[in-house]
Amino acid sequence: MYNRIKNLSLFSSLFTRSSRILIGALMLVAVLALAACSSDPTAAPTSTSAPQPTESSPGSDSGSVTATSPSSADLAGGSTEVFLQGFEDAAAGSPFRSTSEFAAAAKPLPAGEKLKIGFIFVGSQKDLGYNQAAAEGSQYLERVFDDIEILRSENIPETADVQAVEEQMIRDGASIIFATSFGYSGPTKEIIEKHPDVMFLHMGDVEAFENYGAFFGNIWQLEYAAGQVAGATSKTGKLGFIAAFPIPQTLLNVNAFHLGAQSVNPDVETTFVLTSSWCDPAKQATAVQAMVDADIDVLTQHQDCTKTIVEAAERAGIFVSGYHQDASPAAPNAWLTGAAWNWGPVYAEIVAEIRKGTYKSSVMFQGLDAGWVQLSPFGDFLDADVKQTALDTVESLRTGSFKPFTGPIKDQDGAIQIADGVVPTDAELQGTGYLLEGITGRTN
Amino acid sequence: MSDIWLVLGGTLTGAVGPGISVLYATYGELITERAGRINLGTEGSMLMGACFGFMATAETGSATVGVFAGMAAGSGLSLILAYLVIYRDTNQLATGFALTLFGAGITAYAGRGYVDSTIGGLNPIAIPLLSEIPKLGEALFQQDILAYIAYGLGPLLFVGLHYTRTGLSLKAVGESISVAYAAGRNPRVIQIAAIAAGGALAGLGGAQLSLGLTHTWSEGMTVGRGFIAVGLVIFAMWSPLRAMVGAFLFGGAIGLQLQLQTVGAPVSPFILDMLPYLIILFVMALWSRASARAMPEGLKGVLRANT
Repeated sequence: MYNRIKNLSLFSSLFTRSSRILIGALMLVAVLALAACSSDPTAAPTSTSAPQPTESSPGSDSGSVTATSPSSADLAGGSTEVFLQGFEDAAAGSPFRSTSEFAAAAKPLPAGEKLKIGFIFVGSQKDLGYNQAAAEGSQYLERVFDDIEILRSENIPETADVQAVEEQMIRDGASIIFATSFGYSGPTKEIIEKHPDVMFLHMGDVEAFENYGAFFGNIWQLEYAAGQVAGATSKTGKLGFIAAFPIPQTLLNVNAFHLGAQSVNPDVETTFVLTSSWCDPAKQATAVQAMVDADIDVLTQHQDCTKTIVEAAERAGIFVSGYHQDASPAAPNAWLTGAAWNWGPVYAEIVAEIRKGTYKSSVMFQGLDAGWVQLSPFGDFLDADVKQTALDTVESLRTGSFKPFTGPIKDQDGAIQIADGVVPTDAELQGTGYLLEGITGRTN
Repeated sequence: MSDIWLVLGGTLTGAVGPGISVLYATYGELITERAGRINLGTEGSMLMGACFGFMATAETGSATVGVFAGMAAGSGLSLILAYLVIYRDTNQLATGFALTLFGAGITAYAGRGYVDSTIGGLNPIAIPLLSEIPKLGEALFQQDILAYIAYGLGPLLFVGLHYTRTGLSLKAVGESISVAYAAGRNPRVIQIAAIAAGGALAGLGGAQLSLGLTHTWSEGMTVGRGFIAVGLVIFAMWSPLRAMVGAFLFGGAIGLQLQLQTVGAPVSPFILDMLPYLIILFVMALWSRASARAMPEGLKGVLRANT
């Protein structure tokens, strides 16, 4: 009985003064620690690089607003004309007003002030994956503009948390915000009306609003080329694809990877496994083992953090094709090649146009021809002809002479998804909702 | 037929893969709860172990140092809980939960620079003969050293709890502090030691996750498995041997669902993803009466409102 009373009093002890202070202090420490890690401007060097003279276009008369016009080296082999044309076309097709009419970022900066741009990442900026690719893009901005300041926040979940971070960045003076993760679209769209002078940019959404532009790269083109390397390398004819969720981007990637592999080995089979998490290293490692057990000898992925899978493939003695970012040093014996982003020039052009006042919100998809995406370096051990096939494919995808998704394209159930001779548009491809014939796995 | 073997093998691989780290955390929580305290900071201790174990390994190059660093970090976090709940009489559930958030914050901050570090880590050691048993041997006996220790620790804890003076003192404190005190034990010291040991084991589980299974540190990489451990202790009715069953079931369900996907089973991966949790809920419901009987008296005030 005494015990019962004593134990019950443990609950009420929550309300005694000393405990309340202690718990309060503890919560405060926890909150501070969380805040310290989430809003972390020192994680990447901010303006450490000496402000270098930026490439101004001849017509630019404003000293502070620098036009980008990236060199072909920055564009990963893409053409500057196509790159700029893509932005012109997007602006021409946009139903929205140009940023000169509403955006704070398009107004001249007070002397001595810097333009603040917020970047929000769903994972770590050093994840050898999606977030690192985006973070490196933000560092490119620091190199080409000498009058901007980047606010970065990493490991922000795809919940209302992202709104809190966006609000904080706006309070800190940000007038442009890049919400870099797919799942940020919903929460972000809820607050865009509240901040009509702030320009929001989202990576991956398929709709735009006046102060909310969306863009994404046709990385599936490189998945196709990487699939060719994978198909030519596999001895068992079985490939594995470890994904997080069956979103259209992912389905398009696995379909392209499979098509590419099939083009060099018609009997190839691809196994599609979902981990239901963008980054759960324990499940990733287990999924790699499950694939090894199923005789799969080449695998690739669509996860945010890629390191665990790349290293696990190396340890298991199978091959791996990368995604998001070049991670070849982590797996010298396993790394084949990979599909990677080249965000720097894209961010820079968007920021330059917003500042000039010429940007109009749109949904943009660009690929190899504009240099938005690139093939990662090949593994040293690959045969020359395998590499050449992939390079030829990349070239024909770049010029547009080759369209892999030309019908007839059949899904898993044998139903025709793209009719004979039809070439789907970029937007149609980005809405892919099925897996191709020859892929084992499920979309729901 | 070959698919069945494949799925069986995958289940075993998963049982030992994600299962081992959860098993350590379950052992730890079990010791803590046997002493009459509940530590919801187990998740935080796991993260501390995973993060600081990985950092120590990356800095020194030695996984052994990493394992001990992980245990120390996990134990350190749980000692904060020990101080607060034993000396300051704070609410155990709120304190534990706050410590989990605290651990998550600290590790995210401290581990930032190590996300892309490559480590040698703990590598599998194949046990001669046993590892050659098809499927079973490959899954169970080609593991890192921490897996083998975990296999042995269950029976050892069982014997320790029921047949040694220390174990009996621990249980006595968990059942009735006043009786243990009257019998000449020091309940505070025993509870602090139990909480510290529990945190160390959770940290060890975290270290196994980062050093053995994944060779990676990534923020929040335990994804709630410390809380699963708390649930598994109830599932296991405070028995170390049943804890092994519980943790291997949990890990096995993860392996099962991933392997089922590779053979193209006609079941939604989202349904399969619920499997580990469903199994635990189902068994808990099934054994709830027995579980209530097995619960240490000292926990009843915290865990049950209607006794």
